[in-house]
Amino acid sequence: MKKKFRLENLGCANCAAKMEDRINKLDGVESVSINFMTTRMIIEADKEKMPTIIQEAEKIIKKLEPDTKLTKA
Amino acid sequence: MEKRLIRIIISAILGGLGLLLRSSSLEISFILFLISYIIVGYDIIFKSIKHIKNGNVFDENFLMSLATIGAFIIGEYPEGVAVMLFYQIGEFFQDYAVDKSRKSIADLMDIRPDYAHVKRDGIIVKVDPDEVEVGEIIIIKPGEKVPLDSRIIEGYSTVDVSALSGESIPLDIKPGDNILSASININGLLTAEVLTEYDESTVSKILDLVENASSKKSESEKFITKFARYYTPIVVIFAFLLAFIPPLLITNASMSEWVYRAIAFLVVSCPCALVVSVPLSFFGGIGGASKKGILIKGSNYMETLAQISTTVFDKTGTLTKGVFKVQEVKAYNISEDELIELAAHVEYYSNHPIAESIKKYYGKEIIKDRISDIEEIPGHGIIALVDNRKVYAGNDKLMDKMGIDFKAPDLVGTIIHVAIDDEYSGYILIADELKSDSAKAINDLKNGKMRHIALLTGDNYKVAKEVSDRLKIEEIYTELLPADKVSIIEGMIGKPDIYGKVAFVGDGINDAPVLTRSDIGIAMGGLGSDAAIEAADIVIMTDEPSKISTAIKISKNTLNIAKQNTIFAIGIKVLVLILSALGLASLWLAIFADVGVTVIAVFNSLRTLRSDNI
Repeated sequence: MKKKFRLENLGCANCAAKMEDRINKLDGVESVSINFMTTRMIIEADKEKMPTIIQEAEKIIKKLEPDTKLTKA
Repeated sequence: MEKRLIRIIISAILGGLGLLLRSSSLEISFILFLISYIIVGYDIIFKSIKHIKNGNVFDENFLMSLATIGAFIIGEYPEGVAVMLFYQIGEFFQDYAVDKSRKSIADLMDIRPDYAHVKRDGIIVKVDPDEVEVGEIIIIKPGEKVPLDSRIIEGYSTVDVSALSGESIPLDIKPGDNILSASININGLLTAEVLTEYDESTVSKILDLVENASSKKSESEKFITKFARYYTPIVVIFAFLLAFIPPLLITNASMSEWVYRAIAFLVVSCPCALVVSVPLSFFGGIGGASKKGILIKGSNYMETLAQISTTVFDKTGTLTKGVFKVQEVKAYNISEDELIELAAHVEYYSNHPIAESIKKYYGKEIIKDRISDIEEIPGHGIIALVDNRKVYAGNDKLMDKMGIDFKAPDLVGTIIHVAIDDEYSGYILIADELKSDSAKAINDLKNGKMRHIALLTGDNYKVAKEVSDRLKIEEIYTELLPADKVSIIEGMIGKPDIYGKVAFVGDGINDAPVLTRSDIGIAMGGLGSDAAIEAADIVIMTDEPSKISTAIKISKNTLNIAKQNTIFAIGIKVLVLILSALGLASLWLAIFADVGVTVIAVFNSLRTLRSDNI
């Protein structure tokens, strides 16, 4: 399944690339793409693992850019 | 944003004073520099501490803090302040550039309708477009965006479809016509019935496509991601080696001199210019193309499109209008009216353009009960029982296959033979027209150095030859079944030394397998056909084949800009790294190589958004 998010205050492109890289390595993630320009993130993953993936992804994002907020889009 | 500007100005004034007073009083000058530094850099230092706590050490903030504090430690106060100051100025410009490009992209995406006026229980209510169901009645006032794909029940108007197709001439619409979401109603009040839910509407599909396009990455983008992963750690390691190894090896080497060079390394170590500008170039290119009515599903397709050296066209609906008209009816043993009547009944369930034209020519109501046992043989024709008489309607191949004796007339056009109860009864001549820009389309491709242009069609040689002669296409393949088209494309892909990368242009429905098989599948007039949007890599929303060369030009332009940014950014960084290592570059130059390059590259990539002059 696919889920879309908005990353508010995403300010650094290199961080976005790092986030993408790390989220991609999470268990159950088929693909993830972060668009720095539209500040959108699309995660495609196993339906059952999705809740844990979202939690983990949020942790990764906060770690790399503490000011970024993850919201549903 | 403004607060940052004020900090920059105050810090610059204090720093300037510090520089002036340096000769008279070192202490006062040092204090001025320190205050100036804290004013401009405190947030960067805080951020880097916060990030270190999070276990995320090597980010820009940390590198800048390390570089500037390093400069202070070796006594280069003015430079410590300057690095931080210019870093902030650069960030300021970079944010401005990113903001500006985010805005241009938002404008581009601003085709989303915000509300719909729905008629419920006799009252008009304003609701979110995704709350409207299929079959509900909506009102569209002049000046409003059409919220959902719908069919006009009442009212006349002109609509602006430029947001969807780039087509600047407004369309006149009347009751019975369909209108697409995101077009703009110009002057009349319209009442319409909703045909699709919001999620399935044209506007959602277009927005989805453009937004998702960034997930299919081009080779250049993949390269940048990989490059960035290794670049920063390598440069940082070199910086440390540069600071500590030479002073140990070289006698009389001054430690602070080498630390200074190492600091320059740290400043240049962020790959930001590349990471921001290359994906932005592609995103801008895809956005610019969509303004022209060309939907490109991913940056990778843009890359392939720029390399295409063979373009294969489907004929009907792609180069010709696909609007067939019955030109001549010839009947043997029965009346012409009866021949048309039987043919129209046989073709009743087919939505092939040829069938449509026969039904249209017949013009009377078709009684379904008269038809039974319908059998469609793809690429041949249809056989059905009409009033319990076995009627065959199809091309030469159908007649041959059924063993019916006939004489093919010497005419240009599509000929549908009709046979009743195994006896040949006559034919219907149907012809199609070329699209007005087909000749230009082929000509533009030739001028763009397209190596091969070919025409594929299910039609007979004579019809195809007439079209190809008029359009100056040398390579034609005729009388093909859908499967034949696939094998011809496969044959071309199998000979990359002759044909290179192969694009196929079709109008969708029957062409889905070929669109999928070719290196690049381009669907024409895709707004109507879901199958086309699904199967194709590129969708041209207008009916103009000349948009193909526009799409190629936009792709080439985008790739060029991405390449310029890559070479420019890597080139300057490597040059500054070498100069710094040799002690020939100041920190000022390093700052330019970091933020200056990013700002220039971002502005350069914004050029891809401008597709107007392509």
